[in-house]
Amino acid sequence: MYQILSRQNLAPNIHQFEIAAPKIAKKARPGQFVILMVDEKGERIPLTIAGWDREKGSVTIVFNEVGTTTHKLADLQAGEAVFSFAGPLGVPAEIDNFGTVITVTVGYSVATIVPVINALKEAGNRVIDIMRAPTSDTIFGEERLGSITDRLVVVTGDASLDGSGFVLKPLEEILKSESVDRVITIGPVCVMRLVAATTRPYGVKTIASLNPIMVDGTGMCGCCRVTVGGETKFACVDGPEFDAHEVDWQSLMARRCTYASTEQTLARYRCLDCAQW
Amino acid sequence: MPKLNLNRVEMPRQDPIERGKNFNEVALGYSEEQAIEEASRCIQCPKRPCVDGCPVNVNIPEFIAALREGDMPEAVRALKGKNSLPGICGRVCPQETQCEEVCTLNKKEAPIAIGRLERYVADWERDHPEAVEAPNEDPQKPTGKRIAVVGSGPAGLTVAADLVKMGHSVTMFEALHVAGGVLMYGIPEFRLPKEIVQGEVHFVESLGAELILDSVIGKIDTVDELLGNGYDAVFLGTGAGLPMFMKIPGENLCGVYSSNEFLTRTNLMKAYLYPEYDTPLEMGKRVAVIGGGNVAMDSARCALRLGAREVYVIYRRSEAEMPARREEVENAMEEGIIFKFLTNPTGFLSDGRGWVTAMECIRMELGEPDDSGRRRPVPIPGSDFVIKVDTVVVALGTTPNPLIASTTTGLETTRWGTVVADESTGKTVKDRVWAGGDIVTGAATVISAMGAGKRAAADIDRFLKE
Repeated sequence: MYQILSRQNLAPNIHQFEIAAPKIAKKARPGQFVILMVDEKGERIPLTIAGWDREKGSVTIVFNEVGTTTHKLADLQAGEAVFSFAGPLGVPAEIDNFGTVITVTVGYSVATIVPVINALKEAGNRVIDIMRAPTSDTIFGEERLGSITDRLVVVTGDASLDGSGFVLKPLEEILKSESVDRVITIGPVCVMRLVAATTRPYGVKTIASLNPIMVDGTGMCGCCRVTVGGETKFACVDGPEFDAHEVDWQSLMARRCTYASTEQTLARYRCLDCAQW
Repeated sequence: MPKLNLNRVEMPRQDPIERGKNFNEVALGYSEEQAIEEASRCIQCPKRPCVDGCPVNVNIPEFIAALREGDMPEAVRALKGKNSLPGICGRVCPQETQCEEVCTLNKKEAPIAIGRLERYVADWERDHPEAVEAPNEDPQKPTGKRIAVVGSGPAGLTVAADLVKMGHSVTMFEALHVAGGVLMYGIPEFRLPKEIVQGEVHFVESLGAELILDSVIGKIDTVDELLGNGYDAVFLGTGAGLPMFMKIPGENLCGVYSSNEFLTRTNLMKAYLYPEYDTPLEMGKRVAVIGGGNVAMDSARCALRLGAREVYVIYRRSEAEMPARREEVENAMEEGIIFKFLTNPTGFLSDGRGWVTAMECIRMELGEPDDSGRRRPVPIPGSDFVIKVDTVVVALGTTPNPLIASTTTGLETTRWGTVVADESTGKTVKDRVWAGGDIVTGAATVISAMGAGKRAAADIDRFLKE
């Protein structure tokens, strides 16, 4: 069992937990993830490592309450514990002195990108973050991102198809106005797909941190397989970072929806013309 | 000399129609009378070929003799002296190619049902936990040596049990949230109840082995770090967990599973008890399982129990070449699984929304024998056809997960990703590192992994006492 040391509500349905896991804290690197089970009868779900404290022996996770497991997780209080917590899994984020890097974050990835941005800054990059929150009332993380980046662009509003209130507009403006060496995006699949489509004409290398469904998270089941550059890769061991211009987004979106009900996909995914519609 | 009794006692099984609807064990085990009757057929021949036929050299004639006399505690001691996992082996060992194949009575085609008797003795012990005292071997003086065992499947459990009995301190590292490896995630409940696996894991722990779950070696610690952090030796028993795919169009459609995913969801995560357990398994009505081994049989039989109406096993060779145990093929056929031999998938078709809706196949014929000695299947031109399916399970075999090899310095691997180790000792080319089971051989049997574990434990002990 792994104790929840503290918990914090970042925005409606978005929670941050600090979990006691000294060995994982010791080894964690930016971009890696853990597999968590709430209880003995639970699912194994992957969650990005949003931070760690090596001295305290804790690992921070941030998650969105969307389904059975995340609802059960959100019900746990500080002092209670999760049944299983394995990591750090996946290949760490590629960090180098690229030059100017734009990070595009939506929803809870505003929090999970922090270790990646810190590492990018340490490596000498100029980092611009574009973040989105649905409304100005539900915004979180902007102070922290503002303090660790060179420039922060905040957009709020619904992700409607006309592009207002969406991250693509400021992204395109920056790409037009200055030289950008790399774009990194973490967020919902549809957002990452549109970010990739936006940067493609500019020829800027774009990295997406993928979040397919996983079971074991160690390369054993192949549930998380994604097609990248025409080849099948396992996001859990070959990723989660991949070249966003090479990812088969249609297939990823469909596979993400394997266990979503039709009502769910109708309501949530029709907006962006995703693979399901 | 008394007349030979050639009437092998059959073991009762669940009715084929009934069992196709539940995950309860198919084979029901002997009653006491049946066990004693079968044990009484053993002629206690002086040559004891069965012992050599067993990869872990169980004292078979001794445990059968004790069973026949009704001395169950002695039967348990004789059995567990060499085998720490008898409830598992009695169920999943291919006895027909091992102890029973060489049984003297097999010359008359009526070998003693050693596996069924082993199972009976193991189950008796489980039902009478107070009846048998701890293993009869003298407890060894602690040697102060520490061994890290990576993986808690059949090989790891065997190494751990043997080494603690020899007085060493053993820690098993398991990547998943429960110990047992393939015994938990792969082999279905109806062939090997998980309670039995956990009972035997607890037995190994009760001997003194420490078990640490949720620990992916290669990530949380590398093998080199284990060696640097006070472990005198490391045993790698991480199995063959990487699923093979066919690399044909449509293989990443929804509804196409590797057998590892399909079985892991079903067995380890207990999707068959959804929603009591949270892990779902999207199960269709027309299921194709591709492959001809035991894993294909397990997948097909799970699909049936999960509510599929028609389950096909698609195999590119003919029935005679199937690598699955005969018994498992017969069980599957009895339950109504439909076999399509000499058939090879060439692609999967989408319903337009990313879900598999049909499978394209081509008929095969057998040509000249290939490297494996089996006749090579060759496609018959123009024989393409389409089968409507909504779920596919690819059960074409597995290779070792590259995680250990890629994070350990100085290990030698083959082009199949297996770790090179001496067959008789399990020693790898890396100092203080041994390996055994599927990580060395590629996917094989539980008992061969246990045999490798035994040999490695003996060699590690020899090395540590030098």
